[in-house]
Amino acid sequence: MIEARGLSKRFQDKKRGEIRAVDNVSFTCQPGRIYGLLGANGAGKTTTLRMLATILEPTDGTAIVCGYDVVEQPEKVRANVGFLSTATALYRRLTAQEFVEYFGRLNGLDEATLKKRVDDIFSRLHMNEFRDRRCDKLSTGMMQKTSIARTLVHDPPVMIFDEPTNGLDIMTARTITAFIRECRNNGKTVIFSTHIMSEVEKLCDTIGIIQSGKLLVEGTLGQLREKYAEHELEEIFVKVVTPHYVAEEAH
Amino acid sequence: MSTRNIGIVYKKELTEALRDRRTVVSTILVPLLLFPVLSVGFGALAVALVGKARDEVPKVMLRGGEDSPAVVEGLRKLEKIEIVPETPGWKDQIINKEIRAAVEIPSDFQANVAKEKSDTVKIFKYEGEMKSEFATEKVEKYMKDYRDKVVKERLAAKNLTETVLKPFEVKQENVAPPEKVSGAAIGGLIGYTVILLCMTGAMYPAMDLTAGEKERGTMETILSSPISRMHLVLGKFFLVLTAALGTAALSVFSMGVSFSVLSHYTGQTAGGRSAAAGLLLKLGPKTVVSVFLMALPVAVLFSAVLMTIALFAKTYKEAQSYLTPMTFVVIIPALAGMLPGVELTPKLSLIPILNVSLLCKELVAGTYHWNFIAIIFSSTCVYAAAALFLAIKMFQRESVLFRS
Repeated sequence: MIEARGLSKRFQDKKRGEIRAVDNVSFTCQPGRIYGLLGANGAGKTTTLRMLATILEPTDGTAIVCGYDVVEQPEKVRANVGFLSTATALYRRLTAQEFVEYFGRLNGLDEATLKKRVDDIFSRLHMNEFRDRRCDKLSTGMMQKTSIARTLVHDPPVMIFDEPTNGLDIMTARTITAFIRECRNNGKTVIFSTHIMSEVEKLCDTIGIIQSGKLLVEGTLGQLREKYAEHELEEIFVKVVTPHYVAEEAH
Repeated sequence: MSTRNIGIVYKKELTEALRDRRTVVSTILVPLLLFPVLSVGFGALAVALVGKARDEVPKVMLRGGEDSPAVVEGLRKLEKIEIVPETPGWKDQIINKEIRAAVEIPSDFQANVAKEKSDTVKIFKYEGEMKSEFATEKVEKYMKDYRDKVVKERLAAKNLTETVLKPFEVKQENVAPPEKVSGAAIGGLIGYTVILLCMTGAMYPAMDLTAGEKERGTMETILSSPISRMHLVLGKFFLVLTAALGTAALSVFSMGVSFSVLSHYTGQTAGGRSAAAGLLLKLGPKTVVSVFLMALPVAVLFSAVLMTIALFAKTYKEAQSYLTPMTFVVIIPALAGMLPGVELTPKLSLIPILNVSLLCKELVAGTYHWNFIAIIFSSTCVYAAAALFLAIKMFQRESVLFRS
């Protein structure tokens, strides 16, 4: 379970002064459900998810992930989270197996458990063929599988995906979306950010639309359709976001 | 503090470093090859060139001297010198290295000497040009011997002994043991080398493990794992330190082998024997251990400082542009320690790098000033600890880790 409570993040920029990347955002993600954070580029999706994964520290507010506070117990939070984004690259000079084992060890697994877990994941994801190949020699699809294996090695109850299909070809992107569904089916709490409407329509149980660091609206797809009297998510998104775009331009 | 986590990071970084060509070259190959190439190759070449220059029969032009046949005859009889008659443009010939020197005997020189009138013999040379200097040396020696002979004859004619001119002798004698003499000559070089190679050894891994990690996009991957940032930076730091010390150790080893090969080689030729004596160096285990103990905090200092600076960079290239000027910051004090006459004082012993450079010179010469050793070791430890603390702090700053 993830519970964001008034999460805020401010940055100082030399030219633009103080930037509110995330502004008082609160939401809850339940186990066995997928929460989709939908927003344009620069809306604050990545910063929000990085705060949930404790890669960044909130300026104000906090979040409780699996019962642990992201500000007070960041290491405990990370031990319960699998974080995947297009920015989480692989160590090119390690083999796929060494890479996954490294993260297993950092997650405190003993050698026997680690071996069993790695063997299991590599078989399940059909990775045995390239387990001893260095990461810089892997295809994009193989790299994504290796990244997935990394997030799974410690079997975390919470999965955070930050635009995981960004820039990937259709087949690799499908591997990722299938994996996200599998996580939900296994009872994990899943939050994922994207700006691709079709992905949200296909995957998400709850949708939050974020713009200029603010969570503008939240609900199931059905609830949003009803509220905005639109069927297409894209139309709903435009209706929600447009007033804020205008306000931003005027500002 | 979890040594397990630090160990996991260290082991992984070591595996990656050993698979990185740039790190292997800078940490292992450069220190192993630098000294054989520099000392044996360059030294042997220098010995060969000097030998060749000495063996050459230089042409020396004779100006005047028609009325001083005995002097001219003596010059012509000199071994390994060819006296050539005067031709116009002799200065240009020296500059163009067609002849190596010219000697000008004034008119009535022999007669003037006989009359006890003062006179001047001039030798024209190309200053700084080795072969011209050799030719000048030979001519000058001949003229001085001739002068001494004249002085002796005059004294004898007046029934005086040589003690009239030389009432007493002044003599210098060395009491320092040979290893201390060689230590003074080469100790500075050892310190300089160890310091510089500690730095170059640490440089590539320091960039690779910080800016390189950012550039390759693995920083976010590792930060999403449960390891604390302090354990992460310490694991990385120990790898950089290993590279720094490994480079220094290999360089000292390589230097020792190179010098013994060089002294063996030069010892075989008569001319080289005296040159070799100056370079001959016996590094006992005590010296090696002492130099290493002093290099340890310096390596810690470099590793932490280089990592901190490289962490600011977004890319490997940017890190390179930050760290390259650092080489000069290190070279200048390290070089200053090599200068003759610069000796340890309480003030100098607080200046990082320079202090260790100076101390290494003393240690290699077998001198152990325990007060200075204590001050230098502890002050460098303080600087190193401060640098390491700064590196850990920087690793916890989001503005540094996610600089955009």
